[in-house]
Amino acid sequence: MNTLLCIPLLVLLGTLVPLCSTRYSRTACAFLTAALPAIALFLMLQLAPAVLDGQRFQTSLAWVPSLGLNLAFRLDGLTLLFSILILGIGLLVILYARYYLSNNDNIGKFFCYLILFMFAMLGVVMSDNLIQIWVFWELTSISSFLLISFWSSKSEARKGARMALTITGAGGLFLLAGLLMLGNVVGSFDLQTVLDSGDLIRAHSAYPVITVLILVGAFTKSAQFPFHFWLPNAMAAPTPVSSYLHSATMVKAGIFLMARFYPSLAGTDLWFLIVSMTGLATFLLGGYLALFQHDLKGLLANSTISHLGLITLLLGMGSDLALVAAIFHIINHATFKASLFMAAGIIDHESGSRDMRQLNGLWKYMPYTATLAMVASSAMAGVPLLNGFLSKEMFFNETLHQDSLGSLSWMVPVMATLGGVLSVAYSTRFVHDVFFNGEPINLPKTPHEPPRYMRVPVEILVALCLLVGIFPGWIVGDLLYSASFSALNAPVPEYSLAIWHGFNIPLLMSVIALLGGLFVYYNRQHLFKFQAQFPSNDPKILFERAIQQLVAKAAWFIGLFENGSLQRYMYFLFMFTIIVSAYPLLDLDTTAGRRPEIPLDALSITGAVLLSIASLATVIWHRRRMVALLTVSVVGLIVTLAFVRFSAPDLALTQLSVEVVTMILLMLALFFLPQKTPKESSPRRVVRDLGISAMIGGIVGTVIYALMTRPLDTISDFFTENSKTGGGGTNVVNVILVDFRGFDTLGEITVLGIAALGIFKLIARMRLYMPSSNEQGRPWSSDRHPLMLAVVSQSLLPLALLVSAYIFLRGHNMPGGGFIAGLITSVAVIQLYVAHGVDWIKDRLKLDYQIMIGSGIGIAALTGLGSWFFGRPFLTSWFDYFYLPVIGKFELASAMLFDLGVYLTVVGATMLILANLGQLTTSERAVFEEEE
Amino acid sequence: MEGIYAFCVGLMTACGIFLTLRGRTFSVVVGLTLLSYAVNLFLFASGRLKLDGAAVLGMSEEYGDPLPQALVLTAIVIGFAMTAFAVILAMRARADLGNDHVDGRIPQTKEQVRQKSGGQR
Repeated sequence: MNTLLCIPLLVLLGTLVPLCSTRYSRTACAFLTAALPAIALFLMLQLAPAVLDGQRFQTSLAWVPSLGLNLAFRLDGLTLLFSILILGIGLLVILYARYYLSNNDNIGKFFCYLILFMFAMLGVVMSDNLIQIWVFWELTSISSFLLISFWSSKSEARKGARMALTITGAGGLFLLAGLLMLGNVVGSFDLQTVLDSGDLIRAHSAYPVITVLILVGAFTKSAQFPFHFWLPNAMAAPTPVSSYLHSATMVKAGIFLMARFYPSLAGTDLWFLIVSMTGLATFLLGGYLALFQHDLKGLLANSTISHLGLITLLLGMGSDLALVAAIFHIINHATFKASLFMAAGIIDHESGSRDMRQLNGLWKYMPYTATLAMVASSAMAGVPLLNGFLSKEMFFNETLHQDSLGSLSWMVPVMATLGGVLSVAYSTRFVHDVFFNGEPINLPKTPHEPPRYMRVPVEILVALCLLVGIFPGWIVGDLLYSASFSALNAPVPEYSLAIWHGFNIPLLMSVIALLGGLFVYYNRQHLFKFQAQFPSNDPKILFERAIQQLVAKAAWFIGLFENGSLQRYMYFLFMFTIIVSAYPLLDLDTTAGRRPEIPLDALSITGAVLLSIASLATVIWHRRRMVALLTVSVVGLIVTLAFVRFSAPDLALTQLSVEVVTMILLMLALFFLPQKTPKESSPRRVVRDLGISAMIGGIVGTVIYALMTRPLDTISDFFTENSKTGGGGTNVVNVILVDFRGFDTLGEITVLGIAALGIFKLIARMRLYMPSSNEQGRPWSSDRHPLMLAVVSQSLLPLALLVSAYIFLRGHNMPGGGFIAGLITSVAVIQLYVAHGVDWIKDRLKLDYQIMIGSGIGIAALTGLGSWFFGRPFLTSWFDYFYLPVIGKFELASAMLFDLGVYLTVVGATMLILANLGQLTTSERAVFEEEE
Repeated sequence: MEGIYAFCVGLMTACGIFLTLRGRTFSVVVGLTLLSYAVNLFLFASGRLKLDGAAVLGMSEEYGDPLPQALVLTAIVIGFAMTAFAVILAMRARADLGNDHVDGRIPQTKEQVRQKSGGQR
């Protein structure tokens, strides 16, 4: 069904319309905004007759099929009912908001958020997939946040929005967990499958957890006790938002969810107990709190909480008729509460106040609005001939026919009547306090009737209250029946929507509620005095305090570990390493394996002794930094020799050239850093660190010894066998680098390039203290570029470059290659820098090292991409042999081009680092000499 | 041979770790250098030690394991980049913060803290 997909998509497209049309007049913007939702509503109504006949439309597009996630929409009776509420009331709210918002408000932004919410809410009710429901569910929370905080300059708007998002968002996470578990139990995220497998779900051991998780999600959204407090604080939103989101639609999302999953989850004692008791508590609490509000919107918000509780209570009663009553009350509440909010907004807008202690006797000033508000609040109170009366009668009737509390079940109708009393009392207060009861007190403006069209939405809704109240079957009968049918997923029991059922107990309860409500209102002064004895605890302040305490606790907890000291982090890291790595070693029976050891020889022992002495000397003299640098370079040289000894010529060459570059780098760095380290570690710290390092050293030594003395099961035979035939080279190490594992190498040179660029940025704009003498106070030599060195280095350069070219070319077959050749070239150029200084080089060597890095990585990547032109996978190599007269047979391989990329990157990166660091000394020193 | 190799790797690791636990940036950089030597030797030895067996076809009868060698070769170069980055970071920290302590500020001893709070009272 394409129409089905069009409906949400049209609304989604509609979010852009107000942003584009905000430059026109507000009226034009409102009409353009309304256009697409109106078309969506029209399409929906075209499908309505078929749905009312019991048909169900579904459409599905594969999204992530492997996760069971489809973009799926459905249209059945329940969806139709909610969609009409969302789109219909949405259109009325757009018209209303056009008059409500002032010229200072960005109406385009407001409408954009509003339509975004409309889309999200439509998505919730139309989704045919569990995960998709959740995605839209969270989107309603987010758009609600944006709408509540629309007047973001107000503190209460920001706080209210944050609270609403925290509560509903957290509830959403519970819901997600519940839905995922539900999908797992059923084995599908398809909604219809879930609805059809109610027996399976209820019999499953995870049922209680799933039910509680999903109900927490529903309760937070529908402001059920104890999560109800966010709704009154959300009243900081502009009134159109309160009317739309926080009475008619979004707060019904939780109710919708319970109705939707009614066939899957309801029908157990657990469900009845949780849902009905939560509903009852919310019903009474909301009614009670509403009575004591002085803010007009606060009264309506708390009455919304109360009515949501009533619907929840109905859903928890466990009879199918109660579900019908619940759905009927959803319709009725949406119509009368939305119109009441709009009326409250008109009063606020035209008189400048929402405080019922100031607002009195408005009948004189706005009789027409007053009449509308009075009809709507009569519907809220449950006066006959209005829609609220019908669903309340059904509600009273259901409370009489339930037995969820066993022998205590008689309490439910009593409490329901009490709730009815409260409902009548606050409705009376709304009417009497605002429109009668003396004269207005200190109003900022003289109240008057609103613009003509601002009243239209209220008129339409109030007319609906009356029409449904007088001709219920004719107006909503079919809709209610089909919604109940699809919510139950089963045949609907007999029910009658007549106004008059004869003299019976529900009627008596209604009469008691009406008279009792008037009585309570008449004696309200006593109640107000009684209520004043309680200390006022504003949930907003409590909530903020709780959040702040949580943040402080979290900060304290994090502070235990993360106090900004690197030494402490290292300590934790190493202690953790010891625990993790030592534990498995306990299970290893013997340290030495069965592999025979290579016999010792004098040369190796000498190397080992030198290495040990140099390592220890580095530690002992680490405070004398120059000495430590020299000893550590000794270690590096012996490591190089170790590579030579143990048959790794490529490594030895690399290590040697890296060693040279590293030492030059560290010497340059040392020039700018203090020459000595102060003695500051406490003896305890030294002992602790010695212990840690000895432990880790011991573990590492054990592991490597155990590893080396065990037989090797290697995958390298593949590389050795295919090196010549597949890669065209005899140096297996180099062939692995540029051919077999070329993709890894490409990644590595990219990292190298990034590191060099990062260093380049760090060096730029660095301001350093420049010592004019060494640590003994001896000034630096005035002969900065000794003649001998300058001459030798210049003649050395071509030789060194020749060696580097030779190493590069032979790399594929003999030890060498791009990495090593690159490092040798760097060393050759650096000794030129050392001998002549940066300025001298700059005039002669015009190389941009950044471009060099870029072109190196580029060449390597393009070589890899080149194989695509021959229909091969990325980085497939090619080689062949050629003959030239003088040179003889030689080989050309694409891997060589790749190696050239490696070479260029290595040279570029090394030189970018060292040349820039060296430049720092030169430029600064030039300034220093001028000062002299 | 394996025994003293393992001893050397362990000793270098221990020395490197001790230095990385020091409070000044330069010691940490030297410690990192030592530690990367040890790590490279460790990785290299996972292919087992082999005398006279360079992994060049036709040069010897039995070859050492070329795979760890290729791994270590790039590790050496990347290790240089890391050392360079750490040392430049250390210089930048000293330039911007005025000291070369790893925390960016010289931590006060307990006595100094006591004196300071005493002085405030």
